[in-house]
Amino acid sequence: MNIIVCVSHVPDTTTRINVAGDAKSIDPAGVKFILNPYDELAVEEALRLRDKMKGEVTVITVGADNAKEAIRQALAMGADKGILVKGEKKDSWQVAEMLAQAIKPLNADLILLGKQSIDFDGMEIAPMLSELLDLPAATVVVGLTIDGNKATAEKEVEGGREVIEIELPCIIAAQKGLNDPRYPSLPNIMKAKQKPVQEIQGAPSAARTEVVQLTKPEKKRANKILKTDGNPTHAAHELARMLHEEAKVI
Amino acid sequence: MNILVYLEDRNGQIRKPSLEAISAAHALGGTVSVAIIAADTSALIEQAKSLNVSSVIVASDARMANYSSRATGRALAAIAREAKADVILIGATGRGKDLAPRVAVRLEAGYVPEVTTFASEGGEIIATHPVYAGKAQMSLKVTTPVKVFSTRPNLWKASKDAPAAEPTVQNVTVDWSDADFKERTKELVLSQGKIDVAEADIIVSGGRGMRGPENWTLIESLAGAFGAATGASRAAVDAGWRPHSEQVGQTGKTVSPTLYVAVGISGAVQHLAGMSSAKTIVAINKDENAPIFSIADYGIVGDAFEILPPLTEEIKKLRGH
Repeated sequence: MNIIVCVSHVPDTTTRINVAGDAKSIDPAGVKFILNPYDELAVEEALRLRDKMKGEVTVITVGADNAKEAIRQALAMGADKGILVKGEKKDSWQVAEMLAQAIKPLNADLILLGKQSIDFDGMEIAPMLSELLDLPAATVVVGLTIDGNKATAEKEVEGGREVIEIELPCIIAAQKGLNDPRYPSLPNIMKAKQKPVQEIQGAPSAARTEVVQLTKPEKKRANKILKTDGNPTHAAHELARMLHEEAKVI
Repeated sequence: MNILVYLEDRNGQIRKPSLEAISAAHALGGTVSVAIIAADTSALIEQAKSLNVSSVIVASDARMANYSSRATGRALAAIAREAKADVILIGATGRGKDLAPRVAVRLEAGYVPEVTTFASEGGEIIATHPVYAGKAQMSLKVTTPVKVFSTRPNLWKASKDAPAAEPTVQNVTVDWSDADFKERTKELVLSQGKIDVAEADIIVSGGRGMRGPENWTLIESLAGAFGAATGASRAAVDAGWRPHSEQVGQTGKTVSPTLYVAVGISGAVQHLAGMSSAKTIVAINKDENAPIFSIADYGIVGDAFEILPPLTEEIKKLRGH
């Protein structure tokens, strides 16, 4: 089975985001970048399928040289090789386009990726790849079983799950709950350094959106914090009163 | 400006995020049409006729008895061309967020996901959406003639206005191919009687301060009193106390409810990112230095185990049951 995993290199969840001087992007100073947590699920699923059905796992990302770190992390988990598509990405459309260009000649049986990158949170790449590569896709997937050229995917939706039947080759976007990603072992981290990472140049068409500004949300909060002072019931009643009379939410 | 809104249905009912998108469309200003794509469309058309829109455009095929996102994408693009739509709005539901990027690719349109506000600048639409799970917000303009947006649920009022005149109904023929149906939703399994945290108006969440899953009855009772969904912090989910589907925060759900009640949650950066756009935030925590208090509107420093029972009773009283 020829499995492709698309990954991205994103700021760690514990990172505080500061806006850069251009007011359009984040200030990278002090920001730790990691393999997108949802992509870890995709890598894990790919490795399990490869080990069961034989084949190869190729990890691919779009970005500058530092994005190679995300590939190395996936290789350390156990993926076989990597492809870095070098190119400036101004929007998700360009990312999807460059990924599609790189994936098209690879004859993939299965393309896995995280349901979203935790930077722009758009959930755009899987559906866009589906259209660009003319392949079916299932997104927000928490369960996957493959039987020959058919798969059953469970998609998490509001209030429940959809059971989706899908034909291979296809695209699957992973959601938390699909599996428990492994931690790379030290020998595998060492081995990953020897695994091949090919670099190719992306050639996207024009971006379709333009950032006007990036800001930090500022919301004035009432900030009325009560103390129990030995009488939690009284504090609870006072809180309920404020929610009813001031905030008018009940 | 011609605006097309996709009407998503579940079990034959038009869903609320689609009605909210109609309100967003009217706020943008222009002629509003709606799209219905289904196998059996008659009941949906009847519902759509009472909406404040000028026209209802319908595409139908027996194969759509099982939802397929590719097939729906092709149909919605065809309807958008027919309606000469300048803007396509789709409620940012699980289905909508899968559909919108497809339509954008098909129409060679730029797309902004999960829009929380629209503004106008020199006649151009500026759409803002949260990024980094709400730690920042990005304002964008779409540079293509046709523009696609998905609108985040719970931020616009569901349109209940009646139309000035009954909307026209028009059918569109779509050149579906069998390849469009290589992915089909066979079944929707709903979790019985539970409100999903992603679409709840009120959320009561618990964290490590709840000390264990056996104490969640306190969270559930308070949620019951509010008519709320239950949520959980990453710590509570990682400890195996609660399912992933309840996790609020950067690697869980990003939510914008009217009221968010955080109980025993200290307020890690990744949690705050997921809920800080809530209209009103309440925090209950033992530690007065917990970061959650810095973004709370109301709160109590104290023991949740002592506060929750009387709070639950009082909320029940105020809500009249």
